[in-house]
Amino acid sequence: MKCQVCRGPAIIDVRRHNANFCPEHFLRLCRDQTAKSIKQFEMLEPSDRVLVAVSGGKDSLAVWDILLALGYEADGYYLGLGIEDYSDTSLDHARRFAEGRGLTLHTEDLLRHHGFDVLHGSRAAKRVPCSACGLSKRHLFDEAARNGGYDAVATGHNLDDEAAVLMGNVLHWQTDYLGRQLPVLAAGNGFPKKVKPLVRLTERDTAAYCLIRGIDYLVDECPMSVGNKHLSYKSALNDIENDSPGAKHAFYFKFLAQAAGRFSDHGDHENPPVLSPCERCGAPSSNQICAFCALTERATAAVPIEIGPTRSRRRRVQR
Amino acid sequence: MRVQLRNPTREIEVDGPVEVSVLLRRLGLNRESHLVVEDGLLVPADKMLGKFAVVEVRSVISGGSDQVSNS
Repeated sequence: MKCQVCRGPAIIDVRRHNANFCPEHFLRLCRDQTAKSIKQFEMLEPSDRVLVAVSGGKDSLAVWDILLALGYEADGYYLGLGIEDYSDTSLDHARRFAEGRGLTLHTEDLLRHHGFDVLHGSRAAKRVPCSACGLSKRHLFDEAARNGGYDAVATGHNLDDEAAVLMGNVLHWQTDYLGRQLPVLAAGNGFPKKVKPLVRLTERDTAAYCLIRGIDYLVDECPMSVGNKHLSYKSALNDIENDSPGAKHAFYFKFLAQAAGRFSDHGDHENPPVLSPCERCGAPSSNQICAFCALTERATAAVPIEIGPTRSRRRRVQR
Repeated sequence: MRVQLRNPTREIEVDGPVEVSVLLRRLGLNRESHLVVEDGLLVPADKMLGKFAVVEVRSVISGGSDQVSNS
């Protein structure tokens, strides 16, 4: 294989571009594609201060690295979810990345700062773990951006993520979600701007980017994601992509160009709910208590408390 | 050759030499969702892996997902 740009030895094939790339020009492709998304969707201004939501995985570390390479002022924010060893390991990866480059990484921990972990939160709220995790992340990312004076929150959502969510929304005709499934959500009503600069890159691209850049990311999967239906959507889309390179890109970007606008009036976006400060935390909410504070209330009530050995256990120990 | 796989972590023996793209096909793995890594470096799809090579086949698919909205 030869690099399409310099004709030197290629290290990766990108079939949706019908091209192969050497390490140098693959990194350039990733940065150019990210810059193109930022420009096309008016995600960021050059002077914006960006808070990158960092998990220690390939996508979040790649987007942080690329934003810095493109000249943006970008700090990281890591939220510990209390998922057994997985959370400790993911924090290690995020810290190593930040410390190795002299970057600012803000850290927060669900259990230590809010009194519950994702498992108890999801059980108490009768949600799947990914839902409780997503709710907590959105709330705390927003809060960290507001408190830190950041202009935008950037996440590592990539083409596979967006295509899989789109497939799920189409399969169930979630028209209110379809109207909002955009790579940039404008600031407003007390919420910071949210951007997804990697929507032109696949997971294969971000993993390869990290390998070539020497970024030591957490390879193991979150144990809570087992059985998540988006994994099966991703698998189905990759089967289609394998037979028809470019299918994922066409599915998502043609949706944005030709269909997303048709759903913009679904979900009553013309008459959005009136938001007022949450009575507990002050975050904008359509209810007296925001969804995160309601989750916290239910979850902390459900966290088991150590009460010491039972009577029978004490007797056994005495014997 | 030895091939390391994850989720769950395991190691299998595969007859070599074999080209990377053929290895993935033999293992029934989609090339869109897997990379082959040798000594920490990405290996291109047309590289011939030697009889005594030790490689990792790395899945690149991340798990959970949830709707993201400003509401």
